[in-house]
Amino acid sequence: MSGSSVLRRVDWLTVFLFLTLIAIGWVNIYSSTFNEEHSSIFDVTQRYGKQLVFILLSFGLIPLIMALEANFYERFSSVFYVGALALLLGLFLFGKNIAGATSWYDLGFFNFQPSELAKATTALALAKYLSDIQTDIKRRKDQLYALLIILIPALLIIPQPDPGSALVFFSLVFVLFREGLPLWYLGLAVAAILVFICTLMFGTVWVGIGLALMIILFFMVKKPTYKMPVLPLVAIYAGAIILSLSVNFVFENVFEQRHRDRFSLWLRLEKDPEKLEQIRKTIGYNTYQSEKAIESGGFFGKGFLEGTRTKGDFVPEQDTDYIFTTVGEEWGFVGTATVVILFTILLLRLVHLSERQKNPFSRMYGYGVISILLIHYFINIGMVIGVLPTIGIPLPFFSYGGSGLIGFTILLFIFLRLDANRLKEWS
Amino acid sequence: MKKLVLSSLIILIGLTFIGRLSYLQLFRFSPDQIFDDPAIKVVYDYPERGYIYDRDGELLVANQPAYDVMVIPREVEPLDTLEFCSLLGIDRERFVSQLKKARVYSPRLPSVMVPQLSKEDYAGLQEKMRKYKGFYIEKRSLRDYKTNAAANVLGYISEVNEWDLKNNPYYEQGELTGRTGIEKQYEEVLRGRKGVKMIQKDRFNREIGPYKDGALDTMPQPGTEIRITLDKTLQEYGERLMNGKRGGIVAIEPETGEILALISGPTYDPALLVGRERSRNYSTLHYDTISKPTWDRAILAQPSPGSPFKTLNALVALQEGVITPETSFRCYHGFYVGNKLRGCHCGGGLRTMNSGIYKSCNAYFAGTFRKFYDSYETTDAAMDVWEKHMKSFGLGDFLGYDLPTGAKGRVPDKEYYDRVYGDGRWSSTYIISNAIGQGEVAATPIQLANMTAAIANRGWFYTPHLIKQIGGDDISDPKFTQKHYTTIDPQHFDPVIRGMADVYEKGTAKWLSIPGVKIAGKTGTVENYTKIDGVRTQLTDHSLFVAFAPVDNPKIALAVYIEHGYYGARYAGHIASLLIEKYLKGEITRTDLEKRMLEKTLEKEYAKPYSGEEFEINEYVW
Ligand SMILES: [Zn+2]
Repeated sequence: MSGSSVLRRVDWLTVFLFLTLIAIGWVNIYSSTFNEEHSSIFDVTQRYGKQLVFILLSFGLIPLIMALEANFYERFSSVFYVGALALLLGLFLFGKNIAGATSWYDLGFFNFQPSELAKATTALALAKYLSDIQTDIKRRKDQLYALLIILIPALLIIPQPDPGSALVFFSLVFVLFREGLPLWYLGLAVAAILVFICTLMFGTVWVGIGLALMIILFFMVKKPTYKMPVLPLVAIYAGAIILSLSVNFVFENVFEQRHRDRFSLWLRLEKDPEKLEQIRKTIGYNTYQSEKAIESGGFFGKGFLEGTRTKGDFVPEQDTDYIFTTVGEEWGFVGTATVVILFTILLLRLVHLSERQKNPFSRMYGYGVISILLIHYFINIGMVIGVLPTIGIPLPFFSYGGSGLIGFTILLFIFLRLDANRLKEWS
Repeated sequence: MKKLVLSSLIILIGLTFIGRLSYLQLFRFSPDQIFDDPAIKVVYDYPERGYIYDRDGELLVANQPAYDVMVIPREVEPLDTLEFCSLLGIDRERFVSQLKKARVYSPRLPSVMVPQLSKEDYAGLQEKMRKYKGFYIEKRSLRDYKTNAAANVLGYISEVNEWDLKNNPYYEQGELTGRTGIEKQYEEVLRGRKGVKMIQKDRFNREIGPYKDGALDTMPQPGTEIRITLDKTLQEYGERLMNGKRGGIVAIEPETGEILALISGPTYDPALLVGRERSRNYSTLHYDTISKPTWDRAILAQPSPGSPFKTLNALVALQEGVITPETSFRCYHGFYVGNKLRGCHCGGGLRTMNSGIYKSCNAYFAGTFRKFYDSYETTDAAMDVWEKHMKSFGLGDFLGYDLPTGAKGRVPDKEYYDRVYGDGRWSSTYIISNAIGQGEVAATPIQLANMTAAIANRGWFYTPHLIKQIGGDDISDPKFTQKHYTTIDPQHFDPVIRGMADVYEKGTAKWLSIPGVKIAGKTGTVENYTKIDGVRTQLTDHSLFVAFAPVDNPKIALAVYIEHGYYGARYAGHIASLLIEKYLKGEITRTDLEKRMLEKTLEKEYAKPYSGEEFEINEYVW
């Protein structure tokens, strides 16, 4: 396929959204790390200057990604996957420790974080495995293999320690559901999470009563002809109660105080104002400051470079995980809503693109991309605005960091390359 | 289908985020957050408070510097408490409790640690303050009084309290505000506006530079000096005359409504309520519930107006054409209500308006009052007319002068009597006491002075006021520069004023006249009851006097009210006479009279009800 036809077939809307998000992201990094003495945007001693270099580097990769044949990615996905695993393993020997986590290789001019690359390779490998004619997702064994593909990189990342990044890999199970993994797996997981949260908020007794009421309600509205699965219901009920009891046990005996505090903060469990103040100052400091910064932006925000809390550096990690607070403080509701809408459009567009793929590999990879972007976006903004507990993962295209930006660019543009090829028969 | 599930999930997440963001940025956002912003330090620049001058430009109130030790709790670092306490001159407990209080108020905003250090303490502390992080000295300006009089008029300033902070966003902890009197009434004029400087800080509390390059900063606007209508000499003299007496005096310049003197006895030196001793002195004064020095009797006491009120009843009867000045009534050393005789000390005989007034004949006014009522078909109709006339003299409601407190007095209306006696179950005999100012009517000394000014002006008055100039400009507030006309036509005043002049010529105040000055006045003696151990007991009468002078070109109108002063011509009459002479002539020719007033006190009289023993009332002491 010639280069010009790729240009014609590439999805320009996605490219436009990608560029817009990167531009907005950079403006906010500029503001978060602004320094009166180094106001030139090309000053590479400053983070905004470095980020600009990373952006240009990513842009440089794009023609390369687009120039390769589409089936190259499918054919070599196993190689990429194994290569990324090797890089993750290598960290145990050659990794550079930054702020307590050994997640980086020191490449001199920048620190490279292989887990960012592993997201794309794992998505590729998973798509490759699932699209194999011999794979049947309804089979237990195949389910297990698929799960292993996801699990191995995650297990290598957890001990770095970087639980946030590891969590991202689990989002790839969405691909499995799309490809036929029974939905009740998901239902069970959601139910377990609900039991967990409800137990912490209301206690086991109320969980038991609530669940019993729901079952009774279920009996009352069922069609007379419907045969009641009494035994499974009892089993589910018993399971839920046991889970609820063990949640209590784990929460009180296994969790450390800082974990408990994190949940107390998230679920607003702590009512004592003095203790709440204490939590706010320690474990909840970031969340409190980020909420306050966003809140203080109001509708129109304080304006570019006018964020007082941003300038005063009140929100920690504001150019990385908490970059969204700068949007909130300086651009107000107008800015935050715009970013949320842009992400929503991007994700919906990607769903649309994935679904129009004739080739199963492309579709599955597309879903992998969506899963990874969605979990980042959901957890990051959810954490910053205080609806989710603190889990440190970056906001795609926004947060400062070369590996992340390059990783997300590769992830997205491989898919765009596959999409540009969707009408061609695969050889 | 699964495509839809994922798409819906994405949209749901988007909506949740936008919902939460609306809550944070639209609902929880408040525009004045800038003052709660930890990233911005707000520094104030306080202007000097405006001076207060008297009507002739004599300085009454100036300023003196004072120094507060302030604390910003979260900036406090471990320190040698013992050493610091001894520097501040406080003990450890006080230090700890103040610091705790400050922290509760706000860890981030300044609170007062030790208020109002003297200049000497400040000098010793100044250089050593650097050592104590989180503490600093704020210069403030306190009042410096150039008179020991007029405390009730001037009022005082004190630190804002929690109520002020909550209700007026202008104020910050430790700032001063006018608490009573002129200081409160003209707070915003005198105070000016503090300058604001905003400084951007980082989270380590280091100052980075001016916030928005100082675009929001403001310069302080200095306080404005004011000139009030008081005559310093007259006010001081009046307060000296009130030595050992309780009561209120108000003197007004009739042609302007300017208050020349507003005196309450007992009073106190305004300097007592300045500086570190302020709150202790205030407690002493405030908790003196017997002589109540902080209770301004000139505007808050509401005695029955007594005989001076007769002049108004005469005017109403003339205006309504019920009588002429020649109409006469017979005095039987009193008058009959039903078959009960109410006494009169005028000597008895046939009374016309002139002798009715200067001899203060109760029978004459009871007759007039009855005649007035009988000329209407219903008492309700009569009552409405009467009420309208009385209120046109500024009685029965707040006068509207420029002091933050006041009392309404009372002009009873038909609703009042319907409430007391039942609907329509009362007649003129029930309310006849009002004819001689002893019934349900009540008036404050300032209302009586204003009423007298209205008579002096032959039918109009300006709302009495204390403000004369603001920043060198004469006042233009229509509240004080618009004439209020009474409902009595001018020609009716002459016979009444002639009667009042005769009070000095041949009546109850004969020996109080001033050589060369024609005065019109009216004495008043108000019966005085109290409860002692639950028993209604009569005490020595209150002494009342209203007067204006000179009769043909009135320069001063006043009302003097002396508690337990016995009959009107005695204490109240003497003081009125001395004040008029002092104001009009600048000196006192009747030095024996002056000496007596300066020396005589009524302390013995005031102690009687508390003695627990039997006592005489209305004793003739001199
Ligand atoms: Zn008589």
